[in-house]
Amino acid sequence: MPRRLLRNAEIVVDEWRYVAEAAADTAAPLIVTLTQWQLEPDTWLARGTPLGLVLSPAHRVEQIAANLEVFTLIAAEFSGPAEGRGYTQARQLREQWKFTGELRATGYVRRDQVFFMARCGFNSFELPDSDIDDAHEAFTTFTAAYQPSNDLGLPHRLRNTIAAPRA
Amino acid sequence: MYRYDLTDKTLVRQRVAQFRDQTQRFLSGALSEDEFKLLRLRNGLYIQRHAPMLRVAIPYGLLSTRQLRALAKIARDYDRRYGHFTTRQNIQFNWPKLEQVPDILEELAEVEMHAIQTSGNCIRNITSDHLAGITPDELEDPRPWCEIIRQWSTFHPEFTYLPRKFKIAVTGAPQDRAASLVHDVGVHIVRGPNGELGFEILAGGGLGRTPIIGEVVREFLPREHLLSYLTAVLRVYNLEGRRDNLTKARIKILVRSLGIKEFKRRVEAEWQLIREEGLRVDEAQIARMQSHFQPPPYRALPNIAPDSGREAAFRAWYRYNTTAHKVAGYRAIFISLKKPGVPPGDATDTQMDLIADLADRYSFGEVRVTHTQNLLLADVEQGRAYELWQQLDRAGLATPNIGTLTDIICCPGLDFCSLANAGSIDVAKLINERFDDYDYIYDLGEIDIKMSGCMNACGHHHVGNIGILGVDKGGEEWYQITIGGAAGADASLGTVIGPSVPKAQVAETIERLLEVYVEQRGSEERFLDTVRRLGVKPFKERAYAAPIAA
Repeated sequence: MPRRLLRNAEIVVDEWRYVAEAAADTAAPLIVTLTQWQLEPDTWLARGTPLGLVLSPAHRVEQIAANLEVFTLIAAEFSGPAEGRGYTQARQLREQWKFTGELRATGYVRRDQVFFMARCGFNSFELPDSDIDDAHEAFTTFTAAYQPSNDLGLPHRLRNTIAAPRA
Repeated sequence: MYRYDLTDKTLVRQRVAQFRDQTQRFLSGALSEDEFKLLRLRNGLYIQRHAPMLRVAIPYGLLSTRQLRALAKIARDYDRRYGHFTTRQNIQFNWPKLEQVPDILEELAEVEMHAIQTSGNCIRNITSDHLAGITPDELEDPRPWCEIIRQWSTFHPEFTYLPRKFKIAVTGAPQDRAASLVHDVGVHIVRGPNGELGFEILAGGGLGRTPIIGEVVREFLPREHLLSYLTAVLRVYNLEGRRDNLTKARIKILVRSLGIKEFKRRVEAEWQLIREEGLRVDEAQIARMQSHFQPPPYRALPNIAPDSGREAAFRAWYRYNTTAHKVAGYRAIFISLKKPGVPPGDATDTQMDLIADLADRYSFGEVRVTHTQNLLLADVEQGRAYELWQQLDRAGLATPNIGTLTDIICCPGLDFCSLANAGSIDVAKLINERFDDYDYIYDLGEIDIKMSGCMNACGHHHVGNIGILGVDKGGEEWYQITIGGAAGADASLGTVIGPSVPKAQVAETIERLLEVYVEQRGSEERFLDTVRRLGVKPFKERAYAAPIAA
């Protein structure tokens, strides 16, 4: 069953494979975990496909910064509904490390989180089937924001009338 | 006060629509109980013992009379005709129906109010000094900064799923009336090396299971950097705060485990990366926010002594329930919500309507909520205090006990809260019944009792001069008593006097503690100072010396 994704505000079929899914699909772009990457980077590089990396909540963005140019996708993992580290990881990746590839939210991801995730820089979302069809509505939950963020996952610009500097 | 612009209005309305949609999805079964819990908790909605409890934000405790009337109307139309003012300067309704909550939020939005982030693991309502802007000893009115922080923290995309709740208090005077040392972050307006205004930032204070006094993270922060610095603090906390154990998840545990030096180093390192990004608060922004908090049109009046020649009841009230104002001829007036027999902090719809009318007539249409769960009319002409008192007295709102033994801070306790181990309101009632002699109460002078029904410490018992904590002992309600706590600039945590006592013995135990004080005090010495001087021992000995008759 192909995986559907909300990516750049559109529902698409995911062309990426995680390592466990990739056996029969050697030409597909591949997402590895940080441990898998650290154990045998050359194996994955030799594949010649685009590579993505799973960043778990406990990992720090600095741990992967040196290899960031290798990856065209980072998937930050949300271990459960209360998990919040991924929001900071996303902002650091986008703002401090200037990551421009696909930034994906994986794990526990629901439509009610999508707006804030998009504001932090996520532009793709692995949502359950029960949520994915209506999830685009989340992008217009709010049309303005009080505080600046990179907003790189939002399909439109917010009116930003921040308490701090008005642009 | 701050008035919403188009953006504020839009955001609050969009929040109502979002919450209405979430509630409908829950009621239709599309959202599970657990999923909805996380969503409603970011909107002040708890499912409590009897019914949902809705907590409405009162930013830094400031209300217009229009807003107070709207709260009265909500109490009348959706609840049992009363509301409960809290130690975080908010108001709680104990009996709304879940399906009506979106309608309540819509009525709140109408008067520029909401319940956003009044619960959940996010940045909560910003609290402040209830005498902000009128107290003679203030460096600067903290409320414009409270509003700047309120806006910055509202719907913050990065800090809405923190390890635990996060509370910020801002003060502008040396005397700390906002308990800022027991907040996750305390922001103090101070003068810098060249006399310029900026902030001292404290972190890691908190009550609950592990009470800790906050420590200084930065002695002086130039004011344009406030939001970037707070971002750095929150970012370190969001990444490194514990998420594996709810009772160790507050920032105080992180600060303690890293040590203040290492915590500070990490915050400073993060701050260096972001301080020049888009969060600088510029002078125009500060001025714009300050323009919302301009003083009302005071009249030029002399200071007078309105109590001279009046009856004793008014003189007592004037002495205890009013306080100094920086403008000559004016006085700030407390409305005590601590009438014996009434749960501390509760006000009925008719009282709220009356207070709104009085505030319109006597205090420029504004009312403040204090963190001690009373209300305040901040700008009353001294010459009109007597007629105001007469009207408050008729409505049962002139109990002359502010700052005294019976001005008890109290959480809702077992009667309403599903977390509580023991009742609070009925203990307050027992204490009030025991201590009903005002000559004695006034003779005791400044003393506060703070009571929590469980170790979550919503009643701030750790920082009460006398603290009372409800504990469950084999299904019975018992109470642990501490003495020597204080919440001000000289904040300290109380010391447990000994084994907990059953409910029927709390008032007698307190009376014994007070006996020791009355016998041992020096002239003008407060209860707190006597405890600090003598230590707990003599109090403990007396409290447990003889068995208390059941």
